[in-house]
Amino acid sequence: MKPIRRQRLILIVLMVAGIGAGVGFALKSFNENLMYFFSTSDVLAGKAPPDRLFRLGGMVVKGSVQRPGDGLTVHFKLTDYSKEVAVQYTGILPDLFREGQGIVANGKLDGRGVFVADEVLAKHDENYMPPEVKASLKKQAASKPIE
Amino acid sequence: MALIPAPVIRFYHRMASPPHFYALTEKLMPWLVAIFVVLLAIGLYGGLYLAPPDYQQGDSYRIIYIHVPSAWMSLFIYVMMAVTGAIGLVWRIKLAEIVAISSASVGASFTFIALVTGSLWGKPMWGTWWVWDARLTSELILLFLYLGVIGLYNAIDDKRTASKAVAILALVGVVNIPVIHYSVEWWNTLHQGPTVTKMDKPSIHVSMLVPLLVMAGAFKFYYLIAMLKRAQLELLQREPTSAWVKKIVAEQI
Repeated sequence: MKPIRRQRLILIVLMVAGIGAGVGFALKSFNENLMYFFSTSDVLAGKAPPDRLFRLGGMVVKGSVQRPGDGLTVHFKLTDYSKEVAVQYTGILPDLFREGQGIVANGKLDGRGVFVADEVLAKHDENYMPPEVKASLKKQAASKPIE
Repeated sequence: MALIPAPVIRFYHRMASPPHFYALTEKLMPWLVAIFVVLLAIGLYGGLYLAPPDYQQGDSYRIIYIHVPSAWMSLFIYVMMAVTGAIGLVWRIKLAEIVAISSASVGASFTFIALVTGSLWGKPMWGTWWVWDARLTSELILLFLYLGVIGLYNAIDDKRTASKAVAILALVGVVNIPVIHYSVEWWNTLHQGPTVTKMDKPSIHVSMLVPLLVMAGAFKFYYLIAMLKRAQLELLQREPTSAWVKKIVAEQI
């Protein structure tokens, strides 16, 4: 390789590496802000802002969904499989909302530690399968002895 | 340089010659189109008709047969553009510059399609058209990078200078590619995690995966067709007075 070309190549590699490092550090320092939502453990540990809107993500606890009164208000609990937070929401839920489903809610905590949401988004998981496969997976799980 | 076998170097040098490149792509074109059409037909039939509905989303998930290959292509084409741009910068090969700029508009289109189809799917499934999470935002930045490359190229009259400027911009933006890919793992996002490119086995049923991969293949061929056609045009426009272009024009008339 001719020296001038090698020089250009080295220059390009250095440029890309430099920018990569710069962006890497920037993203690292903005890490908190880039998180789309807080987990339920974060909220109970007091990491979420107490008086501002923030997003809370987690799985809807099975059997926790209740609709008291007019039917548009929903109460449910979110979990990250270690801590649970109660959520209250009035409005239309997305198609994928169901028990055991991951969701992200936007709102804030009231005085009693209940998260009052004004928006609920469903977080789809990365699994795709036909209904029959899901049914047989469920059957397998059910027939397995609980350890 | 002894590491690379001689025939490869010879192929490389011949491809770098515009008349040879033009003639070869002209010969390849019908084959590329045929493969693209066949793959597209198989992929669409498999994806829209043969593949079973999803256990949660029913038939709405079928948009992934457009969305996912488009998103993959948006990343792949950007890397192609940056690599050929770098080759153009280092070795000053005109054809590498041309492939780089010809890739830009195809990549921008795929990025746009990925964003629009994702948004259409997001409304019924997530409950929103758009959120500013890490994946969606970085993909939007990718679209702006493509548009920046196209705009910059058209803003500079001397095309050799324009190609250098564009290559540098493309290389600066390359840092966004790993950010897009890993955004769903590094941060909490509303967008789901990777399905197919997971280290363990993909979490998509094989009857749904096969049409997806076929569609990805079809999109690759579409990129080749669109990019090579643009490259041919760009070549003709850049060398309007050279002997081989005159000969082709004379044959056409």
